[in-house]
Amino acid sequence: MASQTQSPNSAIIGIKDESIKKTGDSLTVLAIRRLRRDKLTLVAMGVIVLLALLSFSAPLIEKYVLDVSYTSTNIDKAFLPPGAAGHILGTDDVGRDHLARLLYAGQISLAIAFISALISLAIGVTLGVITGYYGGVVDDIINWVITTLDSIPTLFLLIIVSGIVLRNSNLTGTIFGGPFALVFILGFLGWSGITRLVRGETLSIREREYIISARAIGSSPLHIMFTHIIPNILSVVFITLALDIGNLILVESALSFLGFGVKPPSASWGNMLTNANTFFTKGAYLVIAPGLLIVITVLCLYVIGDGLRDAFDPTSID
Amino acid sequence: MVKYTLRRLIQAIPTLIGITMLSFLLMGLVPGGPTAALSGDPKLTPQQKERIANQLGVNDPLPVQYLRWLIGDQWRLIDTDDDGIPDTPGTRLGILRGDFGMSFSLRRPVLDVITERIPATLELGLAALFFGIVIGVPIGILAAVRRGGWFDSVTRVLAVLFNAIPVFWLGLVLILIFGSLLPQWLHGINPSTFPSVSPILPMGGRGPTVLTGGIPPIYQRLQFLLLPTFVLATGGIAGYSRYMRASMLDVIGQDYIRTAKAKGLSMRQVWFKHGARNALMPLATFLGPAITGLLAGAAITERIFSWPGLGRLALDALTALDYPVVMAVVILSAIATIFGFVLSDILYALIDPRIRFG
Repeated sequence: MASQTQSPNSAIIGIKDESIKKTGDSLTVLAIRRLRRDKLTLVAMGVIVLLALLSFSAPLIEKYVLDVSYTSTNIDKAFLPPGAAGHILGTDDVGRDHLARLLYAGQISLAIAFISALISLAIGVTLGVITGYYGGVVDDIINWVITTLDSIPTLFLLIIVSGIVLRNSNLTGTIFGGPFALVFILGFLGWSGITRLVRGETLSIREREYIISARAIGSSPLHIMFTHIIPNILSVVFITLALDIGNLILVESALSFLGFGVKPPSASWGNMLTNANTFFTKGAYLVIAPGLLIVITVLCLYVIGDGLRDAFDPTSID
Repeated sequence: MVKYTLRRLIQAIPTLIGITMLSFLLMGLVPGGPTAALSGDPKLTPQQKERIANQLGVNDPLPVQYLRWLIGDQWRLIDTDDDGIPDTPGTRLGILRGDFGMSFSLRRPVLDVITERIPATLELGLAALFFGIVIGVPIGILAAVRRGGWFDSVTRVLAVLFNAIPVFWLGLVLILIFGSLLPQWLHGINPSTFPSVSPILPMGGRGPTVLTGGIPPIYQRLQFLLLPTFVLATGGIAGYSRYMRASMLDVIGQDYIRTAKAKGLSMRQVWFKHGARNALMPLATFLGPAITGLLAGAAITERIFSWPGLGRLALDALTALDYPVVMAVVILSAIATIFGFVLSDILYALIDPRIRFG
């Protein structure tokens, strides 16, 4: 990569020449350089992008490649095995094309996880920075809300709220009535972890010299938050985002599996397994495929999170 | 010590208040309100509905209803004979005195319904916790001792993998394997033509059906525990092994380990006597929440394996809109979670002499 001239110091400290020459680079540049060498993380990112591309081009694939309609049911064609004529991955219990449904389900599962992760991220960063920076009564109140939310089993809380929202007849027909109600539920209930994280980071940054000097020259709190605090916690936030999206895919699939999340006829990887116990004898592949997609997606997101953590770790030396 | 415990308990009070307030609000937000399930009879006239609502007191201001829900309504006179004059005092004791009301769907006191489900949940939960620790902790120690070796890499990959597998899918796949694929392979019968091929392991339930009712002793139904325990324990094994490894590596860097090595102790003694024993300490912080988390954490596993526990009760109650049961389970498990945290704080302070009570 760089020229291999030996500097006298590096031999003594035992650090490779490269890292010393590059000290002028910002953490982000360093992180991107490390990421580009991290094969596993790159593969994981590639898989996620590929899955997203395939899912979101589902209407095109359905029409031009598979030549099926994912909603058309046909009892005569139920439980066709994978490889059957016209159906690469076979058909489900009512004769719908399995592959097409998996793609559409991917659309919903990925979209819900990504968007709700972004919502909880926005809430979490805002609340975390505010409570961490100001402390005092605001901090106490938010902390109280977080402890309360966290002591209720997550699954039950989500199910109760989704039961309330999805059964509310005033909302049917609006955007909150469909699968996207789940986005808001997951987003608005999932911010406690990231808030605590950001609050902790802010607390540790708040007393650093550069913040104190910024305050001394009269910077407004808002200015300090946006130019001095948030850029410094962004790496932590990105790492958490990857892990959060993975967890949200798991949570969404569990909710949909139990019948409290995405409702049929909309497909999600979770609700495709709701009736799995009736498939056991007739179509094992119907049980395997959706779960496998969940595992692959979540695994890749975890790997990406781990890779980001290593890449952004300021103490790691190439 | 007593002072420390008391302080931690007092600190938990605001959270308890928060939980009851949140539960109460959620219950009130249910479409139709708390009377919906009781007055859902389409033959009821609006006047009759109004009367039921008045008798239940749902037309009173929310704070009043909340207090009544907490401490009961023996202080309130209810107009039971519909003559416009409140005459009979209420009979509810309030949740603070253990009265969670009547279950809408089962028509029995909620507390009775819940207490009879607790043994099944504890049985499954403790089995899973036991295997989680007994398998997870040694894996973590070994991975740390052989850091960077093949065992470390394999267990790391497995831990991430099992974290990424949805619990419900793992359960379904196990049922598929033991209930359909293995019998098919062993007996050579296609289960789609003989759906009644006998499974290798029971596909659900807590024990064989007994004509006299009741549950046979545990050693007679270990095969029923096997699959659900495995599903529930994988998360624990993955978690504890990673945590134990990190804690172990942390301890290994300490000065007293260097001292132990320097004075010529065998590596076995250094690793296990000086290392592992100290590395176990932070695990105590996990134990409290883990024990109580078992109460509600098994809901999905219980649903899949038809295990008659608390989690499944709550899920069934949610489907049946039986909110008194749901709220009771939520409140009880939230209380258990809080006390789990308090417990592990106290436990940690007890084991670790570096922590002073103050």
